Amino acid sequence: MIAAIAARGLSRILPGPVPTVLVEEIDLDFAPGSFTAITGPSGSGKSSLLYLLGLLDRPSAGEVLVEGAPTSQLDDDTRGDLRLERFGFVFQFHFLLPEFSVLDNVMLPMRELGQLSSAEMRARGEELLASLDMAEMARKLPGQLSGGQRQRTAIARALANDPRFILADEPTGALDTRNGRAVFAILRRLAEEGRTVIVVTHDEALAALTDRRIQLIDGRLAADARLQER
Amino acid sequence: MPLALDIARAHLLGRRRQSLVAILGVTLGVAFFIAMSAMMHGFQNYFRTQIVDSNPHIMITDEIRRPARQPLALLHPEAAVSVARVLPRDPVRGIANAGAILDALGRMRGLAAAPTLRGQLILRRAGRDYAVAALGIDPVLEARVTQLAGNLVAGSLDALTRQSNGVIIGRALAAKMGAGLGDTITGVATTGASAALRVVGLFSTGIETQDLGQVYLQLAREQALENRPLVVNEIDIRLDDITRSVAMAKEIEGRFGFKAAPWEETYSRILAVFLLQNIIMTTVTGAILVVAGFGIFNVISTVVLEKARDIAIMRSIGLSRRVIVRIFVIEGALVGSVGTMLGWLVAMAMAAGIARIPAPGATDPNETMRVAQSLDLYVVASLIAMAAAVGAAWLPARRAARTDPLAVIRGAT
Repeated sequence: MIAAIAARGLSRILPGPVPTVLVEEIDLDFAPGSFTAITGPSGSGKSSLLYLLGLLDRPSAGEVLVEGAPTSQLDDDTRGDLRLERFGFVFQFHFLLPEFSVLDNVMLPMRELGQLSSAEMRARGEELLASLDMAEMARKLPGQLSGGQRQRTAIARALANDPRFILADEPTGALDTRNGRAVFAILRRLAEEGRTVIVVTHDEALAALTDRRIQLIDGRLAADARLQER
Repeated sequence: MPLALDIARAHLLGRRRQSLVAILGVTLGVAFFIAMSAMMHGFQNYFRTQIVDSNPHIMITDEIRRPARQPLALLHPEAAVSVARVLPRDPVRGIANAGAILDALGRMRGLAAAPTLRGQLILRRAGRDYAVAALGIDPVLEARVTQLAGNLVAGSLDALTRQSNGVIIGRALAAKMGAGLGDTITGVATTGASAALRVVGLFSTGIETQDLGQVYLQLAREQALENRPLVVNEIDIRLDDITRSVAMAKEIEGRFGFKAAPWEETYSRILAVFLLQNIIMTTVTGAILVVAGFGIFNVISTVVLEKARDIAIMRSIGLSRRVIVRIFVIEGALVGSVGTMLGWLVAMAMAAGIARIPAPGATDPNETMRVAQSLDLYVVASLIAMAAAVGAAWLPARRAARTDPLAVIRGAT
C-alpha cells in the first residue's frame, strides 16, 4: 500500500557559521487513516519535521512523498496548491483572521480553492461548525470566542477543503486539559473517517491517545511505537 | 466578493482612522490638482482666446526671413561666403505688390485678408503726449479679419469708414486721456505731419498693451500721416480653421516671399510662459499626490507588519504570493479610488468657489476668475492618483508576499 505521506532520508539543516540541525536522516511512512503523535523534548525537531511533511518547509536533503509522488522539485505555487487541496493545518495558536466571522474564517480555504458556489461553501462551513458543536458561534468574531472554541474553529477551517491529511502542531498547547482532550477526540474522529492525522505534542498523556507514537531526540528518530491497532 | 478584495476591505476598515487620513491625502491631492489646473487653464484659455480673437491668425509683414542669395555667393558657389545685413533694394519699406497679394489671398479658400499700415503716432491731449502704435486699416476688410468690431464698447467701424479723420482708441487709453466718443485728439506722426482726429470708437480687448497702446485709423489717413501713399507694411489674415495657421503661414511665405508669422510665432513667448506655468503647476500639485502616496505606503506598511500572522496562515493554507500581493495592492487601489472620487467632488466645489472670486486687476468689476474644467483634467488627476496609490501599495505588498510563514509561525509558538 502506498503511504499517505512518506519521508525518505529527510534532513533539515539551517545554514550559518555553525549549521543548526533541525531534522536528520528521517525515514517514515504514514499510512492512510493513521493517527500519529510526534513527541520529544523541546528543540528535538518535532515541529520542523511536521512542517517538512506538510510542505511548509523544504528539506536540505531527502524527499517527502505525498501519496507516492516526490515533492522536492515542485515550485512554491504547486506546493501551495497541494497544501490547499490535500492538507489541513492546525497550529498551537489559532491564527484566525480577527476581522472575519467564524464562518468566514472557515470558508477562507474554500474561497481560495474556488470549487464550490457561495451557497455551497456557506452550507459546508455551517456543517463543519455544527459537527464541532460550533453552529451557534458562526456569526461571531474570533475575539468573542474562548480558547477551545477558537481552536475548534481552526480545526473546522483545516477541514474546509475536505483534506486527506491533517497536520497539527501542538494543537492543545494553549488549551486546558478538558479542551485539550476534546480537541484530541476530534482529531481521532477525523482519523477514523479515513484522514491521515499527524499531531505534534509534548503531552505524553495525549500522545497515548493516538495509534502511533514517534519520538524525536536531537532531530533524529529515537522511537517509533505502534500503541494500538484500530 | 473576491477573497482578496474582502480581506483588503477588512484590513482598511480595521484601521479606520489611518485609512481616512490616507484617503484624505489623495482627496486633497486630486482636488488641488484639478482646481488649480482648471484655474490656470481658465486664465490661459481666456488669454489665448483674446489673442486669437483680437489679432490676425497670420501676419504678413514687410520682412524677408532669408534674403536672396547675393551676387558674390552666386559668383563663387563653392566658396564660404557670408554676406551680413543685407538691406532691401527698395528704399520705401513695405510689402511690394500688396494689392496683387491681397487679390491672390482673396482667391484662396478658408481665409480672409486685410491690409494694414502700422506706424507710430503721438496722441496729444490736454498738453500731454501718449505714444501709440497706429494701425491704418480698411474698416470693411478689418471686420472680417479681427474682432475689432466685437471688441468695440462704443462707436462703430462704420463710423471709421465714414469719417476720414476718425480714430478708434482703447477704452483704457481714453480714460487715461480723459477723452470720450466724439472728442478730438491731435495725432502727430514720426514724419512731423499732424492731424486732428475724432474719436469714433472705443474698444476693450482685456490685453493692456493693446488697450493702452494701439489705435486704429483709416488706411489712407495713416498713409498720409506717414507720408507713405499706397504703402502697406502688414497684411492680416484670419483663418476659418485656426489649427492650420502654421501650415498656411508656411505656404503663404513660400508663395509671396514676405515673412508670414502664425499667431503661435507672434505670441511664442507668452505660450512658452504658459507651458512653464503648466509644468510648475503640474509638478507642485503632482507632488501633493506623491505625498499622498507616502500616506498610503505608511498605512499599508503598518497593516503588513500588523498582519504578519494572518499573512503567514494564509500562506500556510495555500494562498499564493500573487494573492497576498493582490490583497495589499487592492488596499492601495481602494484608498486611491475612494480618495479620487471624493477629490472630484471637492474639486468641483473648489472650482465653483474660485469662479466667484473677482478677477484681480480686471477692468470690469463684475469679472470673476475664469475656471476651465475638462474631463481630461479629471482623467489625468485620477490616473496620477491611482498610479501613486498602487505604486505606494506595491512595495509593502511585495514585502508581505515574501513573508516566510514558518518564521512567523515558529515565532508565535
